[in-house]
Amino acid sequence: MSANPSLDAALALHRFGFGPRNNAISKLAADPRGALLAELDHPGAALIQDPNLLDTGEIARAVFDFRQERKAVRFAQQADQMMTANANATPPAKPPGPGLPQQIYLAEAKAHFDRALDAETGFVERLVWFWSNHFCVSADKVHPYVGAFEREAIRPHVLGHFADMLLAVESHPAMLLYLDNAHSMGPDSIAGHNQHKGINENLAREIMELHTLGVRTGYSQADVTNFANVISGWSIFPPRDQENGGEFNFNARMHEPGPQTVAGHTYAGMGFDQGAAVLLDLARNPATAKHIATKLARHFVADDPPPQLVEALRASFVKSDGDLRELARTLLLSPEAWAAPRSKLKRPGEWLVATARATGVRSPDVRPLLNAQNMLGEPLWRPPAPKGFDDVNAAWMDGIAQRLEIANQVAHRVSPADDPRALVDTALGPLASAETRQAVARAETRPEAVAMLLMSAEFQRR
Amino acid sequence: MAIKLHAPSRRELLLSSGVLFAWTCVPKLALAEGRDPRLLVFILRGALDGLAAVAPVGDPDWIRLRGNQGLSLQGPPAALPLNGFFALNPAMPNLHRMYKAGHATIVHAVSSPYRDRSHFDGQDVLESGLTRPGASESGWLNRALASLVPAGNVNPKGREAFAVGPITPLVVRGAAPVMSWTPPRLPPPTDDMVMRLLDLYRHTDPALAHVLEERRDLAAIAREDGMLQPQRPQPHPPGPPAQQTQMRPPNRPVPGEAQRRYFAESAGAAAKFLARPDGPRIGALSFDGWDTHAAEGATNGRLSQLLGALDGALAAVESGMGPAWNETVVAVMTEFGRTARINGTDGTDHGTATIALLVGGTVRGGRVLADWPGLKESDLRDGRDLKPTTDLRAILKGVLRDHVRVDEKALASTVFPDSAMAKAMGGLVTV
Repeated sequence: MSANPSLDAALALHRFGFGPRNNAISKLAADPRGALLAELDHPGAALIQDPNLLDTGEIARAVFDFRQERKAVRFAQQADQMMTANANATPPAKPPGPGLPQQIYLAEAKAHFDRALDAETGFVERLVWFWSNHFCVSADKVHPYVGAFEREAIRPHVLGHFADMLLAVESHPAMLLYLDNAHSMGPDSIAGHNQHKGINENLAREIMELHTLGVRTGYSQADVTNFANVISGWSIFPPRDQENGGEFNFNARMHEPGPQTVAGHTYAGMGFDQGAAVLLDLARNPATAKHIATKLARHFVADDPPPQLVEALRASFVKSDGDLRELARTLLLSPEAWAAPRSKLKRPGEWLVATARATGVRSPDVRPLLNAQNMLGEPLWRPPAPKGFDDVNAAWMDGIAQRLEIANQVAHRVSPADDPRALVDTALGPLASAETRQAVARAETRPEAVAMLLMSAEFQRR
Repeated sequence: MAIKLHAPSRRELLLSSGVLFAWTCVPKLALAEGRDPRLLVFILRGALDGLAAVAPVGDPDWIRLRGNQGLSLQGPPAALPLNGFFALNPAMPNLHRMYKAGHATIVHAVSSPYRDRSHFDGQDVLESGLTRPGASESGWLNRALASLVPAGNVNPKGREAFAVGPITPLVVRGAAPVMSWTPPRLPPPTDDMVMRLLDLYRHTDPALAHVLEERRDLAAIAREDGMLQPQRPQPHPPGPPAQQTQMRPPNRPVPGEAQRRYFAESAGAAAKFLARPDGPRIGALSFDGWDTHAAEGATNGRLSQLLGALDGALAAVESGMGPAWNETVVAVMTEFGRTARINGTDGTDHGTATIALLVGGTVRGGRVLADWPGLKESDLRDGRDLKPTTDLRAILKGVLRDHVRVDEKALASTVFPDSAMAKAMGGLVTV
């Protein structure tokens, strides 16, 4: 921390939060770090309790019904056409508006963004985004479930324990479908025998490579295969099941029987508990602590994070047995986390939210935000690979020209009553360079001035 | 049958920024005279160099002042003669045609009462109609509307359109209800904006400067090669400079084309609204990009493109308006002018007096109104700016009084307070 409290406040909001809004910088100046720490003191801070959002099982059944209905309508129309034998009839029109899966996606996206837009500092929400990207699923494959996945598997554990989040994630239907485990069956399981089918290693491999130990940390192909056997049978009830369709189902008929050895431990346990035991050990593996510590430091502080910071986080993770609230506290209490230069380019979503918070330009419709995030190469809940979106500057630098387009659009919607020169104080405060202040003051129009502010290096980097 | 005004979709409103604001009533007084006047205000943000748009080619000090960078009747390209003294920028053939047809008046050495050099404050004074910045939450156009007695809303359902809209520019903000409409196309970030950002990055963040520069160059190459899709065939503006069309293959977009298209589309769309029997009667649009500090390019560069785009916008209003053009005044104004001399970077800095335009079928045109202050060192304000000799408010008051029939007392009190010295100029429109 520096000697200048308002500088620290601005840094706190940009680096650890979603950027300032209103008079947040001066409000935080009394105790910037304390304000961030205070957000961690509400155990349910990350939860979204919205009765209008369905849980995963409800979504699966509703989408199933929706698709059946559409199918029936299409069928009826086709039959109708055949009956009238009208070859020139126009093909049946698609019902207008987004279908149910997209409606669900939009509602979830809105809840997701509203949290970030409304957060006090946004630190907890930044943690949600971090973990959601660490344990990503993609809407390309599990479209209606992506939002529910974040609400059900990530949010409840963001200030809890890593092992709990891990178990919630890997047993969530969205993950089981995304990484193909839902249909994986042990070759010696009943179903495997009957269907002459076997395991799918995808999820097992990604759990070790991406979610826990990290790539090239000493696990072998045998470990992957054995682990896949362990979690064979981790599946879902078919969506047509009116009771439990779409929900997690440990299907014993698909589970490979017998003990398995993973990373030097032999797991004799039976059924679901066998997998839970492996996950718990993976969560406690030293390689996992190192992996998570590095990623967290990279996300918040620098592409090449200070080794002392990574070490502090690693030690905290080990000592607290993966207490993620402790981990977040350690981050905030590390001097290196504050002292590092503001080198990280905000990711597109972070920058868009910061932009809306600083300018107050916000719409009830979430689609403009989604469109902007698409345009900037970070489509919400649609990462290009299970690794999630990249978290280094090199991945995002090229998008800077596109950001100008968006900054220009946003700037035209800023109330002309807001003097851009005052907006600099709101958005950057003491972080604003003399050059940026001058560029804003000399801009030809208010919108151009606002765009300059939003594009300034001080607003782009954190 | 009542035709519904185009109610912009939520999405259009949320995504868009260039906006037409309009008043959907017919002024009762004018209607009683059997007229149905239309008024469209263009605000040119950034401060237009009036001397580069309309040059005093007959002033003996002109060549000395601007040298090669000033317009001349000899060119190249040759300026378009207006009268014995003034000539128009060759990028504006449509305005020239309208001028010759008696449908355009140019006011020169004009300015608002603002005498400092900040864009925001200058625009604030220009739009508020007050004498100092930050003094009003409403604009002169809105206060003028509020003073009118409407002869009923032109569209009984029109009020629906009043409720929505993003941010209203000051000139139409206030008590009188305004509707808004957003053109489908957004104003693109101007080249100048990219240059300014690049300059800022060069001083603050070389890595970002490098990336932006690279992207910009790539985009330029893509444009040159016609790689940017879609490439819509461009309708030829009436009377484009001949050499331009000859030099470029038909599909190759000319520089500044996005801007030209944006200007023409939003102005044309505004005109189509104003032309409708159930449409609004009074509107305002703003066009950005006039702050030409460096490489102004009055005859073959940036300013020339901008003026060409403005010329296209005026032509688009003329054609979009149809027969209603004969009852139309388009008033074009900017916050202040620019330095009389060219600066060290082939541009001009913030100045004082500039031009204003009145264009339309009901304008008593074919005239340049100017109490010419001269260009000698001693004639210039602070030794640098064209000296203002006409108060813009006198022009606006004249148009509001004679064209829209705004009450003279209202003009002097609520619309333009403290404007006693700027008496409404008569005879600007044919009534």
